[in-house]
Amino acid sequence: MSAHAEGALVYSPRRVAAMMLRYWYLLRSSWPRLIELVYWPTVQMVTWGFLQYYIGQNAGFFARAGGTFIGAVLLWDILFRGQLGFSISFMEEMWARNIGNLMMSPLRPFEFVTALMVMSLVRLAIGVIPVTVLAVAFFGFNLYGLGFALVAFFLNLMLTSWAVGVFVTGLVLRNGLGAENLAWSIMFLFMPLTCVYYPVATLPAWLQPVAWVLPPTYVFEGMRALLIEHVFRADLMLDALAINAVLFTGGVIAFLALLQSARRHGSLMQTGE
Amino acid sequence: MTAARATSARMPGYSPLAVERLVKIYDTTTAVDGISFALAPSSITGLLGGNGAGKTTTIAMILGLTTPTSGRVTVLGAQMPQQRYRVLQRMNFESPYVGLPRRLTIRQNLTVFGMLYGVPDLAERIKQLGEELDLTDLLDRQTGSLSDGQKTRVALAKSLINEPELLLLDEPTASLDPDTADWVRAHIESYRRERNATVLIASHNMTEVERLCQRVIIMKRGRIEDDDTPAKLLARYGRRTLEEVFLDVARGRGIQTEAAQ
Repeated sequence: MSAHAEGALVYSPRRVAAMMLRYWYLLRSSWPRLIELVYWPTVQMVTWGFLQYYIGQNAGFFARAGGTFIGAVLLWDILFRGQLGFSISFMEEMWARNIGNLMMSPLRPFEFVTALMVMSLVRLAIGVIPVTVLAVAFFGFNLYGLGFALVAFFLNLMLTSWAVGVFVTGLVLRNGLGAENLAWSIMFLFMPLTCVYYPVATLPAWLQPVAWVLPPTYVFEGMRALLIEHVFRADLMLDALAINAVLFTGGVIAFLALLQSARRHGSLMQTGE
Repeated sequence: MTAARATSARMPGYSPLAVERLVKIYDTTTAVDGISFALAPSSITGLLGGNGAGKTTTIAMILGLTTPTSGRVTVLGAQMPQQRYRVLQRMNFESPYVGLPRRLTIRQNLTVFGMLYGVPDLAERIKQLGEELDLTDLLDRQTGSLSDGQKTRVALAKSLINEPELLLLDEPTASLDPDTADWVRAHIESYRRERNATVLIASHNMTEVERLCQRVIIMKRGRIEDDDTPAKLLARYGRRTLEEVFLDVARGRGIQTEAAQ
């Protein structure tokens, strides 16, 4: 069984570094890729920032809830771009028809996944850090002012984005580039359900339990509690962490099962549509 | 050549690659149907067959990329795919159907793969490959900007980065002009000779097979139809070229006896 191949758990930092170097070379050589990283988060932040500015001028409650929209946009981008960064780095290998070369090399699946996780952080840093600076300049919203809470939000959002990313990667490995669209669209399923811009109580009663199964829901509720009520809800963060542990483990198990299925079906040599 | 490589190559009965009763079935299609063969150390063997004969599936199973339905593949003493991580560092593969990242320079691609294969003194190894494969002046060019001939040499450089004991080549001279193809063949032969490497070449190019291979395995519909030295195959089929032998096998004409001719 390929997932349990002897030596599969041996871990080489040098091989992880090789993969990170490969993605760094690519990013460095392509200015459109770099610009794309910053472009969408900026557009999102500016659009929602002005909307919040308008509402804040006209409604007392929202005026008091300063930053909830911009905060939601920035945290949503961490979730969305985190998953996209993971998946795109992987798909670069599919587009380059390089996946066969990697899978026949000594690179272990866990090393590959680690490199994709680290690269999603790098891509996120390139894309989102400049936008957080713009949020201060344009709207006076300082994301880093959230302090320790930001660390808890970030950790939970990244874990969810990696769990989804590793699952999507497995689907693309098994089904080829025909499954590519999932990488771009799957996270948008989370947008209404995780209540990015509104409280969970807004959802119909029957849908609320579904929302509470998703860790980002706890993060966005936690952010609103912090910005509106000035309370850090550690309980929400711990619940999110527990669900994330299950999700991430499930994502990795699904990835290994899909990789094994890809080996059975010969998909690793034919990685087209 | 490493001491381990020299020792194992001298062991009586040792085969760097042994395939036993190998079967691969995809849903209802049998791609490989119970084939067996073992390669002699430091030899070049040609794996011939038309489209859909099962060559690529066989190579994928040897590489551990595809799980066999049944049968056994032993590479450098390790069972594939269960023990693949014992030996992947000592083997490599090149095919025009597997690409390298186009935006990376040749040096960057070779650096990445050198690190993946744990190559010591990597900068020196890349320099050496650059000289051997006439790539020195191109090392800092993007791989995607190269001609087909140059790309093939880069793919060959990637497949040799770890000085593999077992080298698998899938149509190594496809789409190359005769001069470049001849140059690539000469390099494969000299690599085998100098490093005592064992080479398996899947090819449609009979000139290539005749020139390089000490042994030819002909596949058809997932089975081995014939397996011998080029000279013996020519004699057995009463033909002057391997291409004629290949056509006889592919068209089911079988062995032409002198009487029949």
